[in-house]
Amino acid sequence: MLGGLAIILACQLLGEVLVRLTGVPVPGPVVGMVLFFCWLLWRRPREDTSTVRAASTLVHYLPIMFLPSTVGFIAYGPQIASQWLPAVVASLVSWLLTFVLVGWLAMLLRPGRRGRGASGPPGASGGGDSGTGEVAA
Amino acid sequence: MRFAETWAWLSTSPLFALTVTVGTYWAADKVWEKSGRHPLLTPLLVAAAVIGGLLVVLGIDYEVYADGAGVLTFLLGPATVALALPLYHQAARVKEAAAMVLGVVVVGSVFSILAGYWLTVWLGGSEELALSMAPKSSTTPIAMALAESLGGWAPVAVMFVMVAGLAGAVMGPWVLTLARITDPRARGLALGVASHGIGTSRAFQEGETQGAFSGLAMGLTGLTISLVIPLLVP
Repeated sequence: MLGGLAIILACQLLGEVLVRLTGVPVPGPVVGMVLFFCWLLWRRPREDTSTVRAASTLVHYLPIMFLPSTVGFIAYGPQIASQWLPAVVASLVSWLLTFVLVGWLAMLLRPGRRGRGASGPPGASGGGDSGTGEVAA
Repeated sequence: MRFAETWAWLSTSPLFALTVTVGTYWAADKVWEKSGRHPLLTPLLVAAAVIGGLLVVLGIDYEVYADGAGVLTFLLGPATVALALPLYHQAARVKEAAAMVLGVVVVGSVFSILAGYWLTVWLGGSEELALSMAPKSSTTPIAMALAESLGGWAPVAVMFVMVAGLAGAVMGPWVLTLARITDPRARGLALGVASHGIGTSRAFQEGETQGAFSGLAMGLTGLTISLVIPLLVP
């Protein structure tokens, strides 16, 4: 666990440094994610390794890491109280439109559909294996 | 009894902030499970409301609380890096779907910026409000930086990012199913583009494929929005 955590932190650190040195408009952790991805491709760690355990644990607890920032939403509400209508409607509607647009476009661009892309029979959803399946909700 | 001093220490202590945060989230999670995972009881939403109310009632400044709970926010960094793991597990699927991923990220990013900005303007919102709305599909730190540099308000941008994230967590899967978006990759992509990190954690609850695609989309969307927003906004 600790070894894995050290690697993950090192990737984040390197990512932050690179972003500051080059001035690219990307958050350090996202660059770190790319670096960690390369590390994984190189080392190919097995399931029972420190690296995999550390990464899985962090991802598992993602929701609670957002909690303090989400509370901020409650705190800043009063600031834009006079514009609540455009704020509420625009945020929800633009979210909904973007969300559905991306979903539909993704369905259209799926590989394996009508012979597009490399694998799977035409019309295959590509989601069947490794137990994830379609629509678990 | 030294109530005043003790309260002064307690209300500003990270220990208090963390105990309240972890405890409330755990309780909200239990309630959610008991309710059969009802979307309106999404733990993040409920816990945020409860803690928000608590802060108001106790008269604790939000900034003080956020500071105290900082260790959790800090972990978002390493957790973002850790998202490379599910991506690695799904690498073959992602490679095969590269065109799909890039296509929806670019279209989604551009659309999100334009829809956010113009809807706000058309509904009578101020320029600053619209500029704070525009980057909301990116992650919090990017949205804050972009809003500021464009002339909007960073804390308000954070608010809209949270709305986008929570909307995905609460309504996302239901909307996707309703719209017949069934492919796990498409579901993950939608959640990642429109609801960033919160959407990604919701995506993981459905499956690793959804989560992996969501995490990837989140990173790419943040990057794309950063690059194109100056070009799209008046």
